[in-house]
Amino acid sequence: MHKLLTVIVLGISALLLILPAYAQEAPKEQIKGLDEQVQEIKTDVLSIAAELNKLEEKLLYPSDTQIAIFVSVPQGEKFRLDAVDIALDGKSVAHHLYTFKELEALQKGGVQRIYVGNVRTGEHALQVTVLGKSEGGSDFQKGESFKVAKDIGPKLIGVVLAGNGTGNNTITLKDW
Amino acid sequence: MSRLILILVCLLFATSSLAANTYTSKGLKDVYFGEALYHAFQGDWFQSIARLDTELGQYRGLDEPALDTLYYHVDHAEFAVGDFELAYRMHNRAGRAITAVIEGNVEEPVRNEAIYRLARLYFQKNQPENALHALERIRGVIPANIRDDLEFLRGQIFMANGRFVEAGRIFKDLQSAKSLEGFASYNLGIALLKEGKEQEGRQYLDRTGQILSEIPATLAIKDKSNLVLGYKLLDEKSVENARLVLERVRLSGPFSNRALLGSGWADASQNRFDRALVPWSILAQREVTDPAVQEAMLAVPYAYGKLNVYGHAAVMYGKALEAFGKEIDKLGSSIKSVSEGKFLEALTREELKQDANWVVKLRNLPEAPETYYLLELMASHDFQESLKNYLDLDELQKKLATWERDLDAFEDIILKRRAYYQPLLPEIDRGFRQLDSQMRLRLEQRNRIEKRLHAMLVAPRPDYLATAEERIILEDIGRLEQSLAAKGAAVPDENKGRISRLRGVLLWNIRTEYDQRLTDAYRDLRDLNVVVDQLKKQYDAFVRTRQAATQSYEGYDDVIRRQRNLIASAQEKVKVLMARQGNMLETMAVNELTKRRERLEQFQITARFAIADSYDRASKAQTEKSATTQTEKSVGNQSEKGVRNQAAPSVEKQAEKSVDNKTEKSVGK
Repeated sequence: MHKLLTVIVLGISALLLILPAYAQEAPKEQIKGLDEQVQEIKTDVLSIAAELNKLEEKLLYPSDTQIAIFVSVPQGEKFRLDAVDIALDGKSVAHHLYTFKELEALQKGGVQRIYVGNVRTGEHALQVTVLGKSEGGSDFQKGESFKVAKDIGPKLIGVVLAGNGTGNNTITLKDW
Repeated sequence: MSRLILILVCLLFATSSLAANTYTSKGLKDVYFGEALYHAFQGDWFQSIARLDTELGQYRGLDEPALDTLYYHVDHAEFAVGDFELAYRMHNRAGRAITAVIEGNVEEPVRNEAIYRLARLYFQKNQPENALHALERIRGVIPANIRDDLEFLRGQIFMANGRFVEAGRIFKDLQSAKSLEGFASYNLGIALLKEGKEQEGRQYLDRTGQILSEIPATLAIKDKSNLVLGYKLLDEKSVENARLVLERVRLSGPFSNRALLGSGWADASQNRFDRALVPWSILAQREVTDPAVQEAMLAVPYAYGKLNVYGHAAVMYGKALEAFGKEIDKLGSSIKSVSEGKFLEALTREELKQDANWVVKLRNLPEAPETYYLLELMASHDFQESLKNYLDLDELQKKLATWERDLDAFEDIILKRRAYYQPLLPEIDRGFRQLDSQMRLRLEQRNRIEKRLHAMLVAPRPDYLATAEERIILEDIGRLEQSLAAKGAAVPDENKGRISRLRGVLLWNIRTEYDQRLTDAYRDLRDLNVVVDQLKKQYDAFVRTRQAATQSYEGYDDVIRRQRNLIASAQEKVKVLMARQGNMLETMAVNELTKRRERLEQFQITARFAIADSYDRASKAQTEKSATTQTEKSVGNQSEKGVRNQAAPSVEKQAEKSVDNKTEKSVGK
């Protein structure tokens, strides 16, 4: 009886080694064919997305009045960004709370489009408020006011948030 | 081999994401490229491709691309879009994007990097011959950042093509590459084994299994190497070595369960069941859905039986039987639940996607028995790919539904704008036309003055700068002269002289003040220019605003209609594909769960037999023991009886002690 048991258990043990191959039962060709079709529909939907982006920009943010604000941090920044608030001409237009993934994407060099809207040509007041934690662990809140001039054509403003490790963070503007 | 490829693919993805980090290392110049990276760094491949595609499309349409900010990143952007497409599992498009770079007018290192990526793509799509042909096109300078990865890929491709000698040579050269630590030696070991050089191959696997590192990927390949070598030695009955090698596998890693199981079998095959109990007992306490754990639940009582502790063996077989029964019920519920479509519903739960470890979390979802065994299903590459495709299709479906609503909103906006502007514009246009004609007239006047002033610089004309009063007086004098002449009478000299003096004074003033007047006229013209410029700006602003007013509601109907049709058609396709992909997943899941259930049913049969056998042996042992006791009683040897009765528990205690020792040892490591 014990011999039989040994054989059964060892047999099952051998079976165990090939377990990951269990689910590979759907015909390969069928899987491949479906995969090709999924790739095709992704292409179709991406092209719809591109057209819709253009349509949205033309309809909602024509270049004459368009203003877009982008947030970035210098690569390798260590401070924790919790939230950014953007006010244009005294009116809050964007408030964003950052997830860990978003912060990481900024620290790696990504640029976030935090706001896109419409303004008249001329000078406008821009107020940026940042909340976060410095590299040293202390909470900070920093606000800066700027004047931005909107001309004909889209206005792309970069808000660069940098820290120096002491909680004395800086907010600067750059024109993209 | 399939598992080997899986690990290698993981490594390739790791290098791909590393490459993504270098896109911005030289400073970002193009904000839209930065935006695409922002989405890519979060794994939002759809958005990143959509953004970058649009940006690249615009760049390619430029007459002077060197003036565009993307010019500084265009090589990286071309690569990045291929990388993102690859990550979004759009292999065909990624291949086309990379081929475009290769065939474009690019420098040698850029071209070589593109070929490397294309080869990697072919390799991932299980086309090793094409991958090899691609690599054969590499000529000249190879960028330093991909040199090792390229050679590693070349080695892998040789392996996949069965050219183990060449592969081995490459992996040998890569032994000092820090970024490939563990992977190069593991692959070299496998290549040598495949080549038939058993001894050498094992040496490299052994070397990989002893690497000291804190990098998770290196630790994983180290465990993998020990597992492969351990099972190889076990197959060849070199059990002592097998045990030592398997014990090097971390107790918390993904390969630990199978290592513990193998380690137990190594001891068991040498009839050292007390030692086999150590790893098996640890394993039997782990997650019950794991096949190795289920096997350990049978192996532990099997070992106790071998140690003649039949009563305990019977109890443990009973526990295993109970656990298997529960798992069979769960599997039954899972199969039923999957068949009712709940598996697919569970997979698309929004809250799961917030967690990177969501596949593991699936097991703990309340009221979702269909997901208990998903981790094991995920071990299959086909299942993984099918699942990802299904989730992508689900995302696409949601996007398409949102866009459909967006189009409704756009139409609403257009309708409101038309209702607002259309009645206003005719009146505005009428007013504008009047102002426009007045403005044109004034501008013509200004132009005439300017022209005249310019001419006066060459040919002075003081009369042009006479004041209105002077002109009137001159005209009066002229009329006076004419009137006197008309009367025919002789004009007195005194009057003649006065008229001449008057004219003379006027002309004197006009001519002597000419320079000052010309200067003043130029200053006035300059002042006028300022006003005219302002007027032109206002005019242009009005024209732009007027155009924008019309453009805000005109010319969208066709675009929206076309987009609606495209969205509807895509929705239809996605629906069909989701149904097919979902059906495939359900079939794979049901097949897997059925097999797991059948396996557990076999285990149940084994356990039942084993219980009966253990009870038989236990009662037989009890009978023998009673008989012995009677005999001993009769001779009155009480002390020896006590020792015999404690023999069985002492084995258990020894086993428990060993388990504790083993755990401590592992933690200590």
